[in-house]
Amino acid sequence: MRCNPFKSILVATFSLFAMAFSAPLFANESPAPKEEGSFNVTETILEHIKDDHSWHLWGHVSVHLPVILKTSKGFETFSSEKLVDEHHEPVVYKGNFDYKLFEGKIKIVDAQGNLDKVASQQLWDLSITKNVASLFVSVLILLFVLLISAAAYKTTGVTSAPKGLQSFMEPIILFVRDEVAVPNIGAKKAGKYMPFLLTIFFLILTNNFLGLIPFFPGGANVSGNIAFTMTLAVCVFIVVNLSANKSYWEHIFWMPGMHWSMKLFLAPIELIGVFTKPISLMIRLFANITAGHILVLSLICLIFIFKTVFASAIAVPFAVFIGMIELLVAFLQAFIFTMLAAMYIGMATEEHHHDVHEAHDAHGEHKDLAHH
Amino acid sequence: MFLEINPLVLPDIGLVFWNTIAFLVLLIVLGKFAWKPILKAIHDRESGIEDALKKADKMKAEIAAMQNENEALLAKAREERATLIKEAKEASEKMVAEAKDKAKSEYDRIVADAQAAITQQKNAAITEVKNQVGSLVVEVAEKVLRRELSNKADQEKYIKELADGVKLN
Repeated sequence: MRCNPFKSILVATFSLFAMAFSAPLFANESPAPKEEGSFNVTETILEHIKDDHSWHLWGHVSVHLPVILKTSKGFETFSSEKLVDEHHEPVVYKGNFDYKLFEGKIKIVDAQGNLDKVASQQLWDLSITKNVASLFVSVLILLFVLLISAAAYKTTGVTSAPKGLQSFMEPIILFVRDEVAVPNIGAKKAGKYMPFLLTIFFLILTNNFLGLIPFFPGGANVSGNIAFTMTLAVCVFIVVNLSANKSYWEHIFWMPGMHWSMKLFLAPIELIGVFTKPISLMIRLFANITAGHILVLSLICLIFIFKTVFASAIAVPFAVFIGMIELLVAFLQAFIFTMLAAMYIGMATEEHHHDVHEAHDAHGEHKDLAHH
Repeated sequence: MFLEINPLVLPDIGLVFWNTIAFLVLLIVLGKFAWKPILKAIHDRESGIEDALKKADKMKAEIAAMQNENEALLAKAREERATLIKEAKEASEKMVAEAKDKAKSEYDRIVADAQAAITQQKNAAITEVKNQVGSLVVEVAEKVLRRELSNKADQEKYIKELADGVKLN
């Protein structure tokens, strides 16, 4: 043990981890009365992970994003500034209805300022929140970077080697094509799904990276938001099922080559599988990115839990270490999401030559036997 | 419900709405103006490289074939040169031999002619000498006969004188 100081550091740190995690868990189960000056880790972390109506830049500077609401009285737009007072405490805003923030979400309240659950269910919050704004930033970045790269092919021509931004993007595009699309879908059909896979890959990748930047234009947790991953998973679900061929459905509802009782047994399982595939995509990306953010935030929170600056001696190096891993995870999760999407598409469009061959062979054998 | 209590796993309709729009915009705009030209360019380049490689292979094969051909031609040329030289040598040798023969026969002829001429001249000269000797003998005899009568000693002396005076030629 003498020769392994690294291991003892690891042990020490993971015990600290356990403490850091037990504290928020405890706080979650029995919310302690909020004391002035006390530090609530769960709240702090959740605040950083959750969506918000304003984008905090630094210190007391934050951008108040527009609120767009659809109610039974039509659309309504106002600045989110009107929902909070100068102390960042929620206040009632009187529009078509009376609105107030409850845990960061806009709800309809009655005249006494109490939550009106029935009316709130009619409320559609289409606001440009922090996540939506960050998503738009990522879209602009993607459009900018990729349109410039695409333009480079026009100016430098096809035969010359790629340069600059173009040479940075091309290997990634080739990676998606040669390692993700072609092996799973097959060279013939891969081209049709390449735009979809590339868009998904780059959108996730950009948002993963933006999420790792702790300040503007990052700071939002888009790819760790279940709404984001759900939307993409639904897109994959639609594409997979729209491109599915007859043999795919046959394998789901009436598995060939099985006894009829097995077929009956397998059909519901396979049918559930149709839905669990995109759901797993949704949860995997959401959980991985959110977990990474929680991990980094927990490490930083150690400093505030111990209320000493010396805690940063452990917390900061490990936050950097986890940050490095998160960089890897950012790429890995974008890759895995795209990879699995390609695999599902491949499964849905696969043509089962195998079965046909077997049938032919069996037929041939019969013929041979007949000849003999 | 679990979804109600945990804000993290409750999807916001707003983000779903905007994300759908953002994704569709990206898919359409990038699909048309980025992925399509980029993938096409990459494909074009790859096929270009493939073509170039194939062409290079073909050229290599052609060059090898040409080299073989060149070597064959060279060998043939060498052979031809050798035969040409051989033929030329033979021809020249033949010519030299012919010239020698001709020269020899000419020489023989000239020598024969000269010998014939010499023989003829010699015969003519001998005949003349014979004639001259004959006439001298007659002259001497005449002179001897004329002095014979006077003195025997003188006579002999005279004959001797005459004999000395006779010069053949």
